[in-house]
Amino acid sequence: MNTTLLTQSVAAQTETHQAVREASGLFSGTWLLIALPLLGAALLLLGGRRLDRTGHLVGCATVIASFVVAAVLFVAMLGEGSGERAFLIPLWEWFNAGGYEVEISLLLDQLSMAFVLLITGVGSLIHVYSIGYMEHDERRRRFFGYLNLFVAAMLLLVLASDFLVLFIGWEGVGLASYLLIGFWQHKPSAAVAAKKAFVVNRVGDMGMVLAVASMLVVFGSSSYAVVFAGTENAPVGWLNAIGLFLLLAACGKSAQFPLQSWLLDAMEGPTPVSALIHAATMVTAGVYLIVRSAAIFDLAPEARTAVVVVGAVTLLMGAIIGCAKDDIKKALAGSTMSQIGYMMLAAGLGPAGYAFAIFHLITHGFFKANLFLGAGSVMHGMNDEVDMRRFGALRAAMPVTFATFAIGYLAIIGIPPFAGFFSKDQIIEAAFAEGLVVGLCALLGAGITAFYMTRVMLMTFLGSKRWAEEAHPHESPRVMTWPLIALGALSVVGGAGLLYLGGGIVDWLEPVTGEEHHDLPVPLAVLMTSTLITVLAGAAVAWLLYGRRPVPEVAPRGNPLTVAARRDLYGDAVNEGLFMRPGQYLTRSLVYAESRGVDGTIVGAAKAVGGLSTRWRRWQTGFVRSYALTMLAGAGLVVIAMLLVRLP
Amino acid sequence: MNPTSYLVLATILFTLGSGGVLLRRNALVAFMSVELMLNAANLAFVAFARMHGALDGQIVAFFVMIIAAAEVVIGLAIIVMIFRTRRSASVDDASLLKL
Amino acid sequence: MNLLAAVATQAGDSPAGSTGSTTGEEILFWILAPLAVLGAAGLVFARKAVHGALFLAVTMVSLAFLYIALEAPFLGVVQMVVYTGAVMMLFLFVIMLVGVDASDSRVETIRGQRVGAGLALLGVIILLMTVAGRAALPDPVGTAQAAPDGNVYAIADLLFGRYVWVFEVVAAVLITAAVGAMVLTHRERTSRRLTQREMSEKRFRDADPQQAAGQPPPGVYARHNAVDTPALLPDGTPAETSISPVLIARGAARSADEFTIDLRQLGDEEGSDAAPTEPSDDSTSGMSGEATPGAAEGNDGEAGTTDGGEAR
Repeated sequence: MNTTLLTQSVAAQTETHQAVREASGLFSGTWLLIALPLLGAALLLLGGRRLDRTGHLVGCATVIASFVVAAVLFVAMLGEGSGERAFLIPLWEWFNAGGYEVEISLLLDQLSMAFVLLITGVGSLIHVYSIGYMEHDERRRRFFGYLNLFVAAMLLLVLASDFLVLFIGWEGVGLASYLLIGFWQHKPSAAVAAKKAFVVNRVGDMGMVLAVASMLVVFGSSSYAVVFAGTENAPVGWLNAIGLFLLLAACGKSAQFPLQSWLLDAMEGPTPVSALIHAATMVTAGVYLIVRSAAIFDLAPEARTAVVVVGAVTLLMGAIIGCAKDDIKKALAGSTMSQIGYMMLAAGLGPAGYAFAIFHLITHGFFKANLFLGAGSVMHGMNDEVDMRRFGALRAAMPVTFATFAIGYLAIIGIPPFAGFFSKDQIIEAAFAEGLVVGLCALLGAGITAFYMTRVMLMTFLGSKRWAEEAHPHESPRVMTWPLIALGALSVVGGAGLLYLGGGIVDWLEPVTGEEHHDLPVPLAVLMTSTLITVLAGAAVAWLLYGRRPVPEVAPRGNPLTVAARRDLYGDAVNEGLFMRPGQYLTRSLVYAESRGVDGTIVGAAKAVGGLSTRWRRWQTGFVRSYALTMLAGAGLVVIAMLLVRLP
Repeated sequence: MNPTSYLVLATILFTLGSGGVLLRRNALVAFMSVELMLNAANLAFVAFARMHGALDGQIVAFFVMIIAAAEVVIGLAIIVMIFRTRRSASVDDASLLKL
Repeated sequence: MNLLAAVATQAGDSPAGSTGSTTGEEILFWILAPLAVLGAAGLVFARKAVHGALFLAVTMVSLAFLYIALEAPFLGVVQMVVYTGAVMMLFLFVIMLVGVDASDSRVETIRGQRVGAGLALLGVIILLMTVAGRAALPDPVGTAQAAPDGNVYAIADLLFGRYVWVFEVVAAVLITAAVGAMVLTHRERTSRRLTQREMSEKRFRDADPQQAAGQPPPGVYARHNAVDTPALLPDGTPAETSISPVLIARGAARSADEFTIDLRQLGDEEGSDAAPTEPSDDSTSGMSGEATPGAAEGNDGEAGTTDGGEAR
């Protein structure tokens, strides 16, 4: 048990880090959070066909139970003092290899609590929604098993107290993501998308492995306590390296530039998966990783700058891609990239931005899940049509979906008093405090966000009917609309509630992330006004382009930027040109060198031996007289040799 | 008399004997040729024994004779066996031990 | 023989004589050496193995005399008794077993063997001759000092003294060789030997009933008192089984046609008087018929009549 060590070292840390106590009483049941969905996954995946009928209920029950546990723990945590809300729940020693020991233990503090609530809460809603959405899928039991597996892995990810344990959850969510993207594996596009997500994520995982290995070199351990306690004395070069490795890992998981290409294809999965994994929770794991590693990034300015740059670039890229997509899910996926870019940007700003990153992460979890589930509801009513050019005027046919989707829309573009306004505005403020360029990027992103979301809204719910002939749009069943309503409500009140209720999320997270205030270069009111004006301008441009004019059912050619955005800003082309083709050439040339060079040498040697043997074999005639002749000649030669040696 | 003459005689006999081994296919003739070679060597031994005035050469020759007798016994038995199974006394016919 | 004795006594008696070259020894050498070479060459070039064995015997006897001349009378005697007497006889026995008459063909079947052997032999003889010729060998010391009590005593002294262990080992080798030869040539009986009664019963039960009474005897006619002519069957064809297969293998059997020709000649010589041949034929067959009764006699009688008919 290195709990005492952990406690001491953390206590010795800077004032931003609170003391970690060994959990007792209620908090020692934290492991139930993970165990419940894991049990559900085991039941559903191993239980076989007898669970086909009730499987979805089991899946929902375990996650809801987990949410209840989380809620109880949250209330219990509220009862503790502000600086005493971090608990360590040691479970067992995983392995002990010489000087390196890893314990499976859970760390429940304010940050992980926020994530646990988000994962189990949104997860529960999406589970319930999936009952309706997957009703006609004969592999529904398996789907719920995978979802439960995902929730368990994601909870392990955020509850781990050691980077190596976090890595288990990290790979677990990757596996679940792979399985769920390729859930409709009979579609080649889904199988390919799953494989692509898997491969791109492996690149990020390499960064994670390198980061953990570097920690072992520098700190001799990968546990949070030891690593964060040792950052003060660690060389800055190493900290930067670890920070960049962690950033690579985060880029892979969170679909940030340059590893962004998999997320758009991941929309091949069922829509609840897109909502839960590829919008609300898993893709935000990178942000969690960076915020959790705050102690490292605080002391690694170069790595932090890289985070900011990656965030800003992805923010704009995702937004531009979102503008050009006609596929409603892909437009939302571009939006997700963009919003996570915001979070990364905020996380890269250091203590000034960590809390806002998490804040935006949570509100984004609400409204993006809401939007995706709304899109899923639309698809459900439109025979799985995803092309927005085939939608239009669905407002009357799907009133509930329209209402909730509109709330999500207002939330994401940041209209007060909806959730996105508070969280995004904070990030833009912090970005301006950091620097003008970063701030302008954030501001521009907000404008583009307004543009593409308005476009989605107009093309889907307003305008004229462009439906396919056999389409009979109808409102989704209640089991699907109730989660929508719940998420819509959260999208309305989540922002203000989290920011102001009981000291707000910033104070809540302060013991973990620290706090820092910058002075704004411009007055706050000016900034807020300009942000709103940008947003309204974006929406107005969209209305001019798509609201006033009829939307053509076949996409026009568009300008070069549109073409590029439709092709994901050539992300795949770059990957192919930079990595795939050279890799293929390299392997081909290696294969050639191997087959000709190495094999050639060996095969050639073998053939030479074989050929010589075939020749020499003829000497073995079997005739004893031939042998006698050879023997006589040999004996004669020996005698001659002896004489030659002796004679002189 | 100088031993050189005996040595030359032994050389001739030895060469003829080896020629018989190399050229004759009949196992019995080949075998007799081997005996001839042994006798040639014996002659050289005896001649040298006399040259040196010691009897060890004669003793060696004596042992060679005994060993040759043993060899003849075994060799002839083998020839008889081969002849029984293969109906042939040609050494070339017993050439199956090859690829 | 006198010469030999003279040489032997001279070599044995006078040590002084052995130091210089003796005329008698030279004469003996120059008689025996060509004989030995001749015998050796005969062994190599004789086509029949039995001839080769006899040629080798000549060489060995020559060598035995040369041993005696080289002051090794004991070895000479051993050479004569063991080699020429025992070993060569053993060879002859085996040659008999394998086939006395078989002669080797002179065609070489292994390609390049003759050329290679010629080159190798040439090399060996040049090599050995060069060595023997270049060596500046001293005149022989003679064994008189080494064997004061005579050759046999001295040999025995060494054999049972210094070389006793070698002697014992060689004895073991000899015994092993004898046992080995017995093992090699031994044939295990796989079944019980049949008694005479069982064999005769088996013949009546299993064999062709026509042969149950035994094989037909050869057609012995007055012209030939030999067994080399086959009997004639009633239809005039020769009975192949009536003469020994050994005679057929050797090519010594007379065919029935030959006999028919003989009969014709006989008929030509004696004119139309063919009748007397018949009774004489019958009488001979009757004589042989005592040993093989019944069918054979009838056969012969019929053969005789058909023969007679043909002759007429």
